[in-house]
Amino acid sequence: MAKSRDLCRRIDRSDGFATLTLDLFSGSPNPNPCSYSRSAKRVRVSCASPAASAAEENRSNPFDSLSEEILFLILDRLESDPLDKKSFSLVCRSFYAAESRHRRALTPLRSGLLPAALARYPSVSRLDLSLCPSVTDSALASVGGALRSSLRSIDLSRSRGFSYAGIEIVAVNCAALVEINLSNATDLSDAAAAAIGRVRNLEKLWLARCKMVTDMGIGCIAVGCQKLRLLCLKWCLGISDLGVGLVAVKCKQLRSLDLSFVPITEKCLPAVLQLPHLEDLALVGCLSIDDEGLMSVKQESKSLQVLDMSNCQHVNHAGFSSLLSKTPGLHEISLAYYCKVTHSLASSLQKLYNLQSIKLDGCEVTTSGLKTMANSCRSLGELSLSKCSGVTDEGLSFFVTKHKGLVKLDVTCCRNITDLSLASITSSCTSLTNLSMESCILVSREGFRLIGQRCHLLEELDLTDNDLDDAGLRAISGCRNLSVLKIGICLKISDEGLIHVAKGCPNLQELDLYRSVGITDIGVMAIARGCPLLQIINLSYCTEVTDYSLRSLSKCSNLNTLEIRGCQVSSSGLAAVAAGCRKLTKLDIKKCYFVDDAGMLLLARFSQNLRQVELEPSEVWKQQSQEMHV
Amino acid sequence: MDPKQMPTFEACSSMSSQSRNLNQNQRATEFDARETEQSLPKFSSHLDNSFHQSNQAQQVAMNWDPRAVLNSLDILGQKIHQIQDIVRSTLSNERQLSIQPNEFAAQQQLINTDLTCTIIELISTAGALLPLIKNALASGINSPGQIGGVANSASDLDLVDVLRQNDNLLSDGTKDSEYEELIKGLSDWDDEGMKPISTEDIDVKDNEDGVSGENLPLGSYEVLQLEKEEILAPHTHFCAICGKGFKRDANLRMHMRGHGDEYKSPSALAKPSKEGSSEPVPIKRYSCPFIGCKRNKEHKNFQPLKTILCVKNHYKRSHCDKSYTCRRCNSKKFSVMADLKTHEKHCGSNKWLCSCGTTFSRKDKLFGHIALFQGHTPALSMDEVKSQGMSVQGQSDEVMAKEEDIDYLISGNVIEDTNFSGLKGADDDLGYFSSMNFDSFTFGGIDGLQQPSFDTSESLFSFHK
Repeated sequence: MAKSRDLCRRIDRSDGFATLTLDLFSGSPNPNPCSYSRSAKRVRVSCASPAASAAEENRSNPFDSLSEEILFLILDRLESDPLDKKSFSLVCRSFYAAESRHRRALTPLRSGLLPAALARYPSVSRLDLSLCPSVTDSALASVGGALRSSLRSIDLSRSRGFSYAGIEIVAVNCAALVEINLSNATDLSDAAAAAIGRVRNLEKLWLARCKMVTDMGIGCIAVGCQKLRLLCLKWCLGISDLGVGLVAVKCKQLRSLDLSFVPITEKCLPAVLQLPHLEDLALVGCLSIDDEGLMSVKQESKSLQVLDMSNCQHVNHAGFSSLLSKTPGLHEISLAYYCKVTHSLASSLQKLYNLQSIKLDGCEVTTSGLKTMANSCRSLGELSLSKCSGVTDEGLSFFVTKHKGLVKLDVTCCRNITDLSLASITSSCTSLTNLSMESCILVSREGFRLIGQRCHLLEELDLTDNDLDDAGLRAISGCRNLSVLKIGICLKISDEGLIHVAKGCPNLQELDLYRSVGITDIGVMAIARGCPLLQIINLSYCTEVTDYSLRSLSKCSNLNTLEIRGCQVSSSGLAAVAAGCRKLTKLDIKKCYFVDDAGMLLLARFSQNLRQVELEPSEVWKQQSQEMHV
Repeated sequence: MDPKQMPTFEACSSMSSQSRNLNQNQRATEFDARETEQSLPKFSSHLDNSFHQSNQAQQVAMNWDPRAVLNSLDILGQKIHQIQDIVRSTLSNERQLSIQPNEFAAQQQLINTDLTCTIIELISTAGALLPLIKNALASGINSPGQIGGVANSASDLDLVDVLRQNDNLLSDGTKDSEYEELIKGLSDWDDEGMKPISTEDIDVKDNEDGVSGENLPLGSYEVLQLEKEEILAPHTHFCAICGKGFKRDANLRMHMRGHGDEYKSPSALAKPSKEGSSEPVPIKRYSCPFIGCKRNKEHKNFQPLKTILCVKNHYKRSHCDKSYTCRRCNSKKFSVMADLKTHEKHCGSNKWLCSCGTTFSRKDKLFGHIALFQGHTPALSMDEVKSQGMSVQGQSDEVMAKEEDIDYLISGNVIEDTNFSGLKGADDDLGYFSSMNFDSFTFGGIDGLQQPSFDTSESLFSFHK
């Protein structure tokens, strides 16, 4: 037993291991129980002789000497990769049993498998049924029967076919349930809501798009689930002020409330703002709220931190200023598709000492407004001016010089900004990690050079549809932390630039080369070699890309999304990817006219995690895609 | 025979029976009078005297003085004694066999006329007296001046007209038919007295809410207080001729048509316009007779009631038993019929239900209730729960539920209609009449007034006989 405790300590101490070798069969009287190496990924259990072990299994299984505690510790470290766990459970019965008891999260592919899966995994606490398009009441009944006390979270957001009865069974049986996601259950009505109301401990509830739930239903939930912390009522068109008001009265623990697109007026806002712990409030697209209504709200909310009032078309700066004066603790404001951002609106931000993030997507921004905002706010970390019209070099430069701590900046489609802005951005905001500047067509090579020179902390960079060339790309490759690089529709870049990226950015996880037609196999092969962590790559319409690229990409074992629409790839390349990239979940092979049945069959055989395939609509392929989904 | 022995007129029914007796007695008298003989001048002096006195009585009645009425009754009694004397004298003359036949006939006619006059006067006195006893609008309050005025003037007019008619009769020679007409009028009044006034709810509907809002300074208006009996009296308008009571003056005017052609003129049928609009009318407000009520003038925060209707509704609502029970829910009770009808319109539509069993007609009221009480939950109706799952079906179920409601209503009417048709079969021979009967009946059926409508048909039936 001392031996196993020692083992536990060792496993505990190690921060993660690549290979754990358990030498249980060596003849030495005091064997070294653990040896670490980083050469391979899988748990390798060395047995003296497989045949002998099979013969001995009935009498004394050497693996029995490993306590469940140790096995659980090992399993804790295998969370990252589902395939590893599968291998683990295949070692022996005790490992299998340990894995069964250890598993907490279950994401079944088909609801038909549910009873068997539940029988195998009795202590599942998170059940994600989002991959099962059809979940019947009987399936939910089996969930309720099998996971009585362990189930804490259930996700039915993409499932249909169940009724209030199924939910009721789960609600009654699983007393420990704290999370339910019923989004998109458009056919569920108040009866289902009443069933949810029986889950007394519920803390998080998503009801997005439950359009038939009315005030009566939400009233049942409000009374029943008084521990709610998060409630999402987005698109619940049947709910009005009364229901929301009752929620606000009854659920005093609410932290996050999403009322987007709910037909509420300002009448329920006093009650909502009175919630003592409310931190996150989304009022996106609440068209019934207007200036006068907001100005009539007198209730303050000290706790509110995040406010999203995008698309509130009837609110102007008067109402908004009034609301902001009641919520001094705001950290984040989102006003996407709002009115004109002028001096008066910007000055209303002055009293928000904690403000860190402003999103003004799609607004009309004036230079004076931007300057006032720069002066009003203390120190912003995040600014989004995506698709804003009226952003000029002058305004943006002034802003960034005032807010040097900016970490995320989005100037997508601000077509008027030039190298001048970039010069001030790069000189002021050296800590920038995210920069999106899609379609900033006036920015030249000099601008990209400055990015590469000064913004060493950049992690995400979006340069889609820019005047980027190989020299610029070479400069950008100086950002060694880059994990997401989007350089689609950059017609001037070629393999040379990509080779620089491959050398300079080893942590790259996502690369978008959509329609960057200068790219050939050489560039892709360089990326595949230089960036082993690559997970997402988009090579659509890079017409020079062939099977060679795919073969090289098959070495990137983490690859989960591959888009090669319109590339000159064939079945052999696809087969290589299918065999190499076992985690592949999304694949776009539309307009890949050389891919035939052979490639698809291999894909069906190897890529067992595949969830989404986009194909040219042909009869044969449709059948096969169905086969794959099975 | 002696009118003094007659009980005072307290109710329509007793009044009618008494007057019928009177008529019968009158005929008997007439029969007796045929054998009597009396000198014409003597009698005519009697007549003149009585006429004068009766006019006086009318004048007194105008002032609403019960003593004057009593006085007039005394005079009437004396007059009847006089007639008795005349008849006795004719009897004694008969024994002497000294009277010629034509003289006998003249005497008989005189007695006849005299008696007719007495009867008419008696009736008109009673007509003036009735509102005093029965109506809430009397007893020293000139508030219902309009109503009282109308009744009064009508009675005055009636008297004169009837007298004039009788003068004509005297000259033409009285025939039995005239008396029959009178008797018929009386019986008509008897029957109509039991007819329910189906439009009463419109009358009662005005509630006192309109009053509470106004803020008249104390003393800027005249405070009137009606007694309990007056408030609770069923009728406010009375026929000056026959004494029959009505709830609305329009009905009275319709009734008056039966008393002669002069009531059929457009001016007599027109709604009496408020005269003297030029002179300032003092503002009148009413006090509730219930001591301690906020609407009572003794209360320190006295809030006056605006109209008599307000007084009636307030008194019934606040200080009377709630005698009207909703037939649908069997729980809600009301003291004012109109309130019951208002309730019945919404009864059963209380679809907002709380888990505690309380129902609400409005969603916001339910949510206010739930917000207030811990542990109370909105309760879904079972139909709603069952129809869950298929949205289209759910909606159609709701529609069906509504239709069922309507069906219920219709079927209720149907049942009452069948009841009625049985009744209608009984008086099938009354072709034109039964249609009217039908109208009043359906009206009652809709309003939930089953019992009165049966009365109606019966009374109509008997009237026709």
